[in-house]
Amino acid sequence: MQDAVTITVTGAPERPASSASNRLRLIWRNVFPFLVVGGIWEIVAWASVFPHRLFPPLEEVAASFVQLTLSGILLHHTIETVLRLLSGFALAAIFGVSIGVLMGRSRRAEDILLPLVSIFAPIPGLAYAPLFLLWFGLGNVSAVLLVGFVSMFAIIFNSWTGVKAVKEIWVRSAQSMGADDRRLFSHVILPGALPYILTGLRLGLAQAWRILVAVEMLAAVPWGLGWLIFGARKFLNTDVMLAGIVVIAIIGLMLEKLVFQKIENYTVVRWGMITS
Amino acid sequence: MTPNGQRTRTLIRGALSLAATAALYEAVARSGFFPAVLLPTIPTVAQTLFAMIADGSMIEHAAFTLYRVLFGFALAVVVGLPLGILMARFQRIENFFLPLISALMPIPSFALVPLFMLWFGIGNLTTILIVLYAATFPMVFNTWSGVRSVNPLWLRAAGAMGADENSLFWKVIIPGASPFIITGMRQAFLRSWIAVVGAEMIAASDWGLGWVIFDAKEFLNADIMLAALIVIGGIGFAFERLVFGSLERATVQRWGMSRVAKG
Repeated sequence: MQDAVTITVTGAPERPASSASNRLRLIWRNVFPFLVVGGIWEIVAWASVFPHRLFPPLEEVAASFVQLTLSGILLHHTIETVLRLLSGFALAAIFGVSIGVLMGRSRRAEDILLPLVSIFAPIPGLAYAPLFLLWFGLGNVSAVLLVGFVSMFAIIFNSWTGVKAVKEIWVRSAQSMGADDRRLFSHVILPGALPYILTGLRLGLAQAWRILVAVEMLAAVPWGLGWLIFGARKFLNTDVMLAGIVVIAIIGLMLEKLVFQKIENYTVVRWGMITS
Repeated sequence: MTPNGQRTRTLIRGALSLAATAALYEAVARSGFFPAVLLPTIPTVAQTLFAMIADGSMIEHAAFTLYRVLFGFALAVVVGLPLGILMARFQRIENFFLPLISALMPIPSFALVPLFMLWFGIGNLTTILIVLYAATFPMVFNTWSGVRSVNPLWLRAAGAMGADENSLFWKVIIPGASPFIITGMRQAFLRSWIAVVGAEMIAASDWGLGWVIFDAKEFLNADIMLAALIVIGGIGFAFERLVFGSLERATVQRWGMSRVAKG
């Protein structure tokens, strides 16, 4: 069983890419599928299978991407979106980890909070959106609160599981060596639960990102990538929409590669330490 | 404290907590501090829910949503399962699809809703395609990991005992990968359920639970919104616990991985 787990978390198998030709081949292998898909797209666009307005060729998408970038519009939208993502996620992280750790440590808190969390968690986050809009009005407050609220549950569940997964033996041995509650918490429970908490934060951030784009469409915020896409629909600006989707994909990819994978590598290392 | 006494205490505390939350909500709703349309009392919500179930409208909305989500989910399984298996078995196919999937996966399905609305109009097709998009990736990814993580020793043992490709596939690879595949289905359904509500809201059609909520906002019908939220939560919970929970419990128990919760 153990090897199955390690295989999945480490992802792609190591492929030797030592020499330059190997590296070139690796790049080519990653680029080739995109060339094929791009080529098909171009053929379909130029063959006018769909109206030109709805299915623009890639060079028009690229042109509007460059134009939007140069005029700074795209940057403004992106900054607003990222700020909203970060503030919502910060709320979720603070409350989620606190509630989760509390639930893991105190039986009473667990009994009280678990029913509430289990009721609110399975409802798809976006279903709350109209309610939040009614209560907090259109705009940033609703968007940030909703993103925070929705992404909090994954963090709560994982922190809770993590604290409960700390080995009883470690707690007891620390206690018998005279650790007080504070030291027990900061030296045993927190490090022990950290892999789970980090996984929770990763899931929470991914969820925040998914929900944010939709929230921006519904909450009528003046700037933001979701709004850019949604607004462009009204004017049939398919090229602007596609340019916005490209930026969303890039940010998502960066979150995945720069944030999540770093965290995951770290947790894997921690896992290795724990099992050894 | 006996385990039985502990359990009763947990139940009592849970019930007390729910009751206290409900009472607090009721008190705030009745205080008149917020407009009654925005914060309906619990009896009002219950009344609305029963009225909508009684006249069949809520059931019809739920049926439309379920049809879309199950259709999209089934398509995602039909596409994702073979693709995941092929990717794990054939290096060439993996080389071709893996970069594409890694690039498309970080795009939230909601970002595509406006585009799909332009391409496919408003209604069932757009919603089903969004569900398909949302559910395919977890399905492919988990199947792929599952097939790859089948113990090579089993493959070699089966091969040494003279299993041909066909029986190797059906008797070793598929059972070996099934825990991952079931996890993939569970994740895919969760994603579908989220995607269908969002898609129904943005690509407003005439029916569907997501549309009810969004439409009720226009008329400040917070009671209808809360009633629809309850139905959405109930259906999601039922699928999560009853369908996938039992499936996953079976596999987790087969793994022998179930972690006994500490008291």
